Amino acid sequence: MKRGSMKFSEMVASPTGWLKVKGPKDNIVLSTRVRIARNLKNRVYVDRSGEGEREEALKYAMSGIKKSGALQDALYLFLKDLDDLDKSFLVERHLMSRDHLEDTSYKGVIVGGDETCSIMVNEEDHLRIQVLLSGFDIMRAWEKVDEIENKISKVLEFDYSPRFGYLTSCPTNTGTGLRASCMLHLSALVMTGQIENVFDGISKLGMTIRGFYGEGTEAIGDFFQISNQVALGHSEMDILDNLERIIGKVIDREEETRRNMLSTKKGEISDRVGRSMETLRTAKIITSSETVKLLSTVRLGIDMGIVKDVSLAEANEMLLLSQPAHLQKSGGNKVLPYERDIKRADFIRHKLGAA
Amino acid sequence: MKCDICGKNDATIHLTEVVNDQVTKLHICEECAKQKSDEMQSHFGLTDLLSGLVEGGDMSGSGGGVPSMTEAKCPTCGSTYQDFQKSGRIGCGRCYSVFSKSLSTLLRKIHGSDKHVGKMPVTGKSGIKKQEDLNRLKTELKQLVTAEEFEKAALLRDRIKEMEDSARDK
Repeated sequence: MKRGSMKFSEMVASPTGWLKVKGPKDNIVLSTRVRIARNLKNRVYVDRSGEGEREEALKYAMSGIKKSGALQDALYLFLKDLDDLDKSFLVERHLMSRDHLEDTSYKGVIVGGDETCSIMVNEEDHLRIQVLLSGFDIMRAWEKVDEIENKISKVLEFDYSPRFGYLTSCPTNTGTGLRASCMLHLSALVMTGQIENVFDGISKLGMTIRGFYGEGTEAIGDFFQISNQVALGHSEMDILDNLERIIGKVIDREEETRRNMLSTKKGEISDRVGRSMETLRTAKIITSSETVKLLSTVRLGIDMGIVKDVSLAEANEMLLLSQPAHLQKSGGNKVLPYERDIKRADFIRHKLGAA
Repeated sequence: MKCDICGKNDATIHLTEVVNDQVTKLHICEECAKQKSDEMQSHFGLTDLLSGLVEGGDMSGSGGGVPSMTEAKCPTCGSTYQDFQKSGRIGCGRCYSVFSKSLSTLLRKIHGSDKHVGKMPVTGKSGIKKQEDLNRLKTELKQLVTAEEFEKAALLRDRIKEMEDSARDK
């Protein structure tokens, strides 16, 4: 994996593809992800297969995808060749899922040159093809995924039934195998308590909303992920169109609330934003979750015109690069959590020009 | 103003809800707001929901509770329906035909449908050609809609649908 490690070091130094460019509505939507699940025709699915079958499927899929040329300048990684830090690094960059970290003997991930596309091999399904773009860009992400899948399917055949569509390991994905999501920053809706209505409405409309950081327990930093739940019985276009409309409404509401707050509560918000900036500028030890919380407030301040010397791109970059594996990769070695908190504070002070 | 929920603390969060033109105003304190929001956060995991559906009772048989269905084994991967119920994961593509009746019921519960209408694979040269034709027509359809040529768009939409249906029925 010589070539892999070289590329890895290049990745460490810079923000990932989807953070580099400005996307539509990126004051509120950080990123859009569209993925499809596919399984190799006539092969036992990952969960049910033995080691030999997994190994064979991995080799077959990796070489098939390479042959198809679907991803340009791609990095073909076998997870057994990577150390824990490298793997966490890929998870933090959203190039693979946290679930993909479990039992990595026969798993792979292919990362496209600009890091907007990646394919997980032998996760829950044989193939998970995903595209991640900056901002609110559902249709463009889908077009890219569709194009990649078309290319791969000229080399690899997938399990498909005329009745059920694409067959997947989990019945929640059967049909289109499609899951699209946006990561939204909804500070104003949280502050005004309207987020409850959003939660309520979204679930009634057959969509899912959940906290992005601090998954499973409590949402940290007002970042939420909204995604479709239904994958069968509607075409990809219908599913995506529906999701796009609903998220569009949430964005409108957040923007409207931010405007209202700016006219009615500017003093209070300026104070909150100012204190968050000050903490980030002066902290000597800071945890990951505190950083996310403070940067969330700073992002709001930037959009409202309260913070003028930090850009949205810089705030996003700090969100990404202050995560544990990124900090350690950039420092070149693994460190204890306490030392990490010191390194994180150093990194942020430096970024904010307060060294 | 005191909090509408606890009646003790000062209300700092003011909520206005409009449902069917009915305006409700709620004034609450930060503590109660946090508690309410925590309640919202505690949600089911997907597997919990799935196993709930599977355990629903009518999932075990082929609709009429034929016992042989529960003992059926997939000839390809050796899974039984119980294996699926336990893991929540389907063993292989063949399982979808072996357990098609039970899975249909489950898929309808999850997605509201058990009939796929989306993308389909293209195989062979003629298939690829057809898919390319379809893609071209879909682009044309988009252009017609943008140009607000709705009558022409409707005709083209029907033609696309016909092509997709005929490909799917093969």
